[in-house]
Amino acid sequence: MMQKRTMEIGVGVFVAAGIAALVMLAMKVSNLAAFTNQQGYEITARFENIGGLKERSAVTVAGVRIGRVKSIVFDDKDYEAVVTMNIESQHDRLPADTSASILTAGLLGEQYVALEPGGDEAFLKPGGDIKLTQSAIILEKMVGQFLFDKAAGGGGKKEEGAAP
Amino acid sequence: MMDWLQRLGSTSLSVFERLGRGNLFLLRVLAALPSLVPRPGLVIAQLYSVGVLSMMLIVISGLNVGMVLGLQGYNTLVDFGSEESLGQLVALSLVRELGPVVAALLFAGRAGSALTAEIGLMKATEQLSGMEMMAVDPLKRVVAPRFIAGIISMPLLAAMFSAVGVLGGFFVGVGLLGVDSGAFWSQMQSKVDLYDDILNGVIKSVVFGFVAAWIAVFEGYDAVPNTEGVSRATTRTVVHTAFAVLGLDFILTALMFGNE
Repeated sequence: MMQKRTMEIGVGVFVAAGIAALVMLAMKVSNLAAFTNQQGYEITARFENIGGLKERSAVTVAGVRIGRVKSIVFDDKDYEAVVTMNIESQHDRLPADTSASILTAGLLGEQYVALEPGGDEAFLKPGGDIKLTQSAIILEKMVGQFLFDKAAGGGGKKEEGAAP
Repeated sequence: MMDWLQRLGSTSLSVFERLGRGNLFLLRVLAALPSLVPRPGLVIAQLYSVGVLSMMLIVISGLNVGMVLGLQGYNTLVDFGSEESLGQLVALSLVRELGPVVAALLFAGRAGSALTAEIGLMKATEQLSGMEMMAVDPLKRVVAPRFIAGIISMPLLAAMFSAVGVLGGFFVGVGLLGVDSGAFWSQMQSKVDLYDDILNGVIKSVVFGFVAAWIAVFEGYDAVPNTEGVSRATTRTVVHTAFAVLGLDFILTALMFGNE
């Protein structure tokens, strides 16, 4: 005969584990998650267009991740996106003239912020601002530009090509 | 020719008769549920045998399914250079489909068959009639606690299955195959919606729990009271639950995600 207490503890563990699983699904898996604050310092950068950059996207230097995007807000004075990045505290020697660009991992991959260190003697301070930024490359724009160039410059070429 | 027609007729009639008995039985069990409120101990005892004892199976299966999803998903996604979407793939397949469905199938095999065998044997050994002689309603004392325990356990087990599966996918994807952990979680969080995906998954698992528990207790209560009858009822529980869960899953999926 099973002890009543053991059985009730077992049921308690079961229900608690079930509820914990539900909470984990809600908080960690779905979009409800409150952003967990990591140790580190923040820097901001302004972009004309962030493309598909999301919160929690990676921030890299030389391809190595050193932090994450914390928040992205739209500044309706300058019509720019303000990206706040959280950089791990051990990487506190970024030059003040570091530049930031938004790149894509692979052809269809996720977008991330790549930082390019400059040659300045002074370092970026917590809360500092990156001045040199390069927006995300929008594939549609590039294809449009390519087709436009082709159409504009292709008229003469076509005849040349067709002649022989 | 007439014999064949007669057989067809009697088979169809007995199918409808069983369906009718099952529905009347469900109504009687539902009517017996309020009598459990003053005696929660009965439900807790059944939660132990239905839920707690199934937990290990569910957790281990969930972990394995998640790990396999991680591996397979990675192998496919890496061809497109979009292995960052692995978290999204693992989480959506688990939360929407695999969690509720596989947990319900395992539940039918682990807990449903046990419920049927238990109730069927009680009937075969005339314990149920004995209770009636003592003016104890077996529906209130035996069937209702098992039924409600099944309905309560199923969503919890399905949630555990999904959660452990996501962790398994995380372990394989991030730990072994080197997907970026931030991209894994962020892609998952940006694409999995609390209401559209998680809540619908929970609704599915509640419906499956209801159906699985109903079939299990009905088959037990309706079993032919001898050894062979109980063994057949146990088999029918597993088979019918599997059919019902898979069929309902299609209908529920069409209703929930059909018009996106």
